[in-house]
Amino acid sequence: MNKQQKESCAITKNHIKVALVGQPNVGKSMLINSVSNAHLHVGNFTGVTVEKSEVLFDYKDYKFTVVDLPGTYAFTDYTIEERVTHNYLCDNGYDLIINVIDSTNIEKNLQLTSELMSMNKKIVIALNMSDEAEKEGIEIDEKQMSELLGIPCIKVSAAAKTGIEDLIEAVIQQANNDKQESKLIFSEAVEEEISLIVDYLTKHKYIAANSYRNIAINLLKNHKKTYKKLHDSPIWTELQPILINASKHIELHHESDDIKEAFAGEYFAFNKGVVAEVVKQEKVIEKETLTQKIDNILIHPILGIPIFLFFMWGLFQLTFEVGSIPMDWIDSFFGWLGDTVGGTIANDDIRSLIVDGLIAGVGAVVLFTPNIMILFIGIALLESTGYMSRVAFLLDGFFHKFGLHGQSFIPLVTGFGCSIPAYMSARILKNDRDRLLTLFIIGFMSCGARLPVYVLFAGAFFAPEMAGNILFIIYISGAMLGLIAAKILKLTAFKGDAEPFVMEMPKYRFPSLKLIWHTVITKTLMYLKKAGTFIAAATILIWFLSNYPKNLDLSNEYALKIQNASSQTEKVIFENQYAEANLQQSYLGSIGKFSEPFFEPLGFDWKMSVALQTGLAAKEVVVSTLGVLYSLGENVDEENDSLVDAISNNIPFESAVAFIVIIMIYLPCLAASVVFTKEAGGIKYFFYLLAFTSVTAYIFAFLAYNITKMLI
Amino acid sequence: MKKNLIDCKKACKVKVVKLNAQTTLRQRLISFGIMKEAIIEVLEHAPRKSTIEIKVGKMRIALRAEEAALIEVTKI
Repeated sequence: MNKQQKESCAITKNHIKVALVGQPNVGKSMLINSVSNAHLHVGNFTGVTVEKSEVLFDYKDYKFTVVDLPGTYAFTDYTIEERVTHNYLCDNGYDLIINVIDSTNIEKNLQLTSELMSMNKKIVIALNMSDEAEKEGIEIDEKQMSELLGIPCIKVSAAAKTGIEDLIEAVIQQANNDKQESKLIFSEAVEEEISLIVDYLTKHKYIAANSYRNIAINLLKNHKKTYKKLHDSPIWTELQPILINASKHIELHHESDDIKEAFAGEYFAFNKGVVAEVVKQEKVIEKETLTQKIDNILIHPILGIPIFLFFMWGLFQLTFEVGSIPMDWIDSFFGWLGDTVGGTIANDDIRSLIVDGLIAGVGAVVLFTPNIMILFIGIALLESTGYMSRVAFLLDGFFHKFGLHGQSFIPLVTGFGCSIPAYMSARILKNDRDRLLTLFIIGFMSCGARLPVYVLFAGAFFAPEMAGNILFIIYISGAMLGLIAAKILKLTAFKGDAEPFVMEMPKYRFPSLKLIWHTVITKTLMYLKKAGTFIAAATILIWFLSNYPKNLDLSNEYALKIQNASSQTEKVIFENQYAEANLQQSYLGSIGKFSEPFFEPLGFDWKMSVALQTGLAAKEVVVSTLGVLYSLGENVDEENDSLVDAISNNIPFESAVAFIVIIMIYLPCLAASVVFTKEAGGIKYFFYLLAFTSVTAYIFAFLAYNITKMLI
Repeated sequence: MKKNLIDCKKACKVKVVKLNAQTTLRQRLISFGIMKEAIIEVLEHAPRKSTIEIKVGKMRIALRAEEAALIEVTKI
């Protein structure tokens, strides 16, 4: 926004919009937390889009909006994060950039800074982690640095909360200052070409908002927007040969055929010069050796993988053991809520809708919140300590064989808990193709909601001491199938060169509890909101389909029977018979009947077909549907002995095997499918997933059915 | 003597001579500071040398063997 606009517009007079930019692992989120903590007024809108988040706060007479942009090494547009950040910075929706720099590694960080400097924007540099740098014996002359770069440089520490006020003051001052020409200096060869172009532009009095020098640099760098602008100008015909010559000259000078590489070299040299003048380091760094020591154990060629497996095992134990404690409370709470609310509603239909539809459905989602929170805490810990990238390092070799990426393991492991956070965590994969492939495979990792189905069937067909092993086999074979499917997809749909694996291994850090808590809470709330609204809608739909159309004759007939029942047992039998009869003539029943022939080759009756289809809404629903359909009333869970009996009596073994195989592979629940569609970036991917999982599930179930039939 | 980064032993220090990578990968490498004249130290090999860990400046970077093979280095 320019000055005139500011003065004419009273509302935005003292409003400063800041874009927070930095390389990954420089403590940007921590800084935004520290800044807003001191002055937080309105709140944190960690976005639905997640890519960038905004924090609003007041300081003195100023209103600040800080946009936290994803960390990026350079503007190569290689990853989603880089694209988001680059696009945001290119549009003019902000007043000023705060470039966060890790004081312990200035030279590396300046690479991004020099790219920012050629964007012709107002910048303030925050030299973050200055306390850490001091401990490592790194001395930084920030005044000299400000002078050299022509940008105010402020020492801050987000962790120790020092220098924050200075930073804000500097931002205010810089926002009110006029824009300054960047002091980026290039080698003689490049400077020569720049001045040639500047001379040419001056001679022709080219009119532009940016300085000629800036235009010249951008032209030499092949900056698309600048190119486009000049391309439409009449001076282009004369300018073009000058540019071609200049590029040739620079490329020759750098012995490279890539102008971007040449400029990277220029920046590199400039930054080296700055660092040489500004940074002094005395003693040897201790922290480095600490990281080295930890790495010697954690990424040990032999011990590394067993240690990782142990951590994973621990995380799963925690997720399911500790998570089950509050789960019981939540379960009984919703049971109580259903009973209490149900007691106050006189109308049968409305009560059924509220209690069986809404409360039961939402309750099923809320039930998994503890597991999800523990899983999120574990993942946040893995991420913030720096261990995650070590695991990717260890596993990349193995995963690469199946066409996956080392970092795919995180979403895949999360998928054993719940597919929804798994789809979301696939974002750590920078490359689109790798990410899509991983998204398609996540469903093969059986989520927690499928567990009840497995427990039910394993209990029905195997002795209790065997059931546990059967469960393990189901989970493992799911994961194996996933890896094979990945390989097949990689060879067909996602064909192409293997994506490179180049990843920073950050220093080990002690995680900030506050930051972890913040991440976990935001993610959990998002889960509750998204999945909750969705599941609520889905369960109401299922409820409707299984209750309508109403058959008055049928209900009158059974009402009479139940009334005249001689004993309590007989009454229950009638009630269950009514439930089944009612279901058979409902929309859902019709669907089941209609789809029965399709599932016949797999040995399913219409009840199993219906259960599969209601399972599309949520996998938990499979068990309760089977319960209803096998005439046991609606209050069924996987430990209900009579349901186990009913299943082992009514379903042939081979059909059961085929059923499990389908549950293992077919489409994840509705909520997860929605998240998948969003993460994959289009509805067409949903249809690909639908086709892929359905076909695979059907083929494997068919094979399983026939093979088992032959064997027994 | 010229060789590829993947051939370097653990704790070996080398200087980058040339990046033989395609444009996108080359930019990626450059954005990590792996460019001509940069000094690289090999820190660790993953099992069966499928991935290596290197140090450029103060940054630790993991690279797949295929990518490391595209980086031409010379001993210093």
